[in-house]
Amino acid sequence: MQGFAPLARTILFVAALAGIGAGSVGAALHLVSTVPLILKAEAYEEGAAPDAALAETAAAHTHAGTDAAGAHQHAGTDAAAAGHDHGAGAWEPTPGLERNGLTLLFTLLTGFGFALLLVAASELAGGLASWRQGIGWGLAGFAVFTLAPGLGLPPELPAMPAAELMDRQIWWSVTALATALGLACLAFGPRPLHAALGVLLIAAPHLVGAPQPASYESPIPEGLHHSFVVASILASFVFWVLLGGLAGWLRPIVARHQAEPAARPA
Amino acid sequence: MTKLPAPGHPATATHPGNPASLPLDAASPAARALAVSLAALLGVLVLGGVGFSHVEAVHNATHDVRHANAFPCH
Repeated sequence: MQGFAPLARTILFVAALAGIGAGSVGAALHLVSTVPLILKAEAYEEGAAPDAALAETAAAHTHAGTDAAGAHQHAGTDAAAAGHDHGAGAWEPTPGLERNGLTLLFTLLTGFGFALLLVAASELAGGLASWRQGIGWGLAGFAVFTLAPGLGLPPELPAMPAAELMDRQIWWSVTALATALGLACLAFGPRPLHAALGVLLIAAPHLVGAPQPASYESPIPEGLHHSFVVASILASFVFWVLLGGLAGWLRPIVARHQAEPAARPA
Repeated sequence: MTKLPAPGHPATATHPGNPASLPLDAASPAARALAVSLAALLGVLVLGGVGFSHVEAVHNATHDVRHANAFPCH
């Protein structure tokens, strides 16, 4: 397996560093933009006046301490089937530092995961050579993992009606995969026929349609949801541009370092 | 970060022979395929754990990240 280790180390290091960089900025953006809107939605979910509930964040978010049946009534959906029964005794973070700390940690991990996919895919095309090229790949990632799935399944707040979780997860994953393959056909396909296939692949999941809830009745005001959709997609855009740019900038540097020992004959 | 690629590392070349990837050109096609596949698999596992887990405690821990990043959550 000649040359496996330097390449594998390069992919891992670049993905880890880019993931940490973009993840930190992404987490900071989310903590000031989307997370406050999630907390606001939970106040509506609890059925309390949102302002009063927000003032008492601790009270509003102690899911375990509240009556699960009353606190988590999902309009139009079966709470148990939707898998949102926090009251079942499962562990959950305490509001504030623990909850936001986990958001930071898992946003970093999300960054690492997406960076692994971005760097792996770009290696198939010869490897990222510059930060600008990386931004191009980052925009592709934004299209694949935010725009395409979000077209059928827009970012949702707690207490919003939604179809069966598993169905949505499958549609989300298939849509991301089809969009990635479609973009690859558009960007690298040698013939116009490949471009046509790319367009078809990207459109197909939307022609099938995302799983929709039985009813759209929701305790969440439309204005709050709209603000959340804008904030979520905007944060994702910054995250992907940064992730791609960092990966593209770091890849040649890390690759040179990884290959150095091999370049010197013993 | 705003520096242009160093001479000999043009940003335009994307084929496997481009100078930026020269240090890793020693990788055989099989090694390249394995490294890329393992990296992608690890990425899918990490994202699956954070964004798609049905384990209640994991869901609660990643709750805000799932909503904020528009992973299907509930």
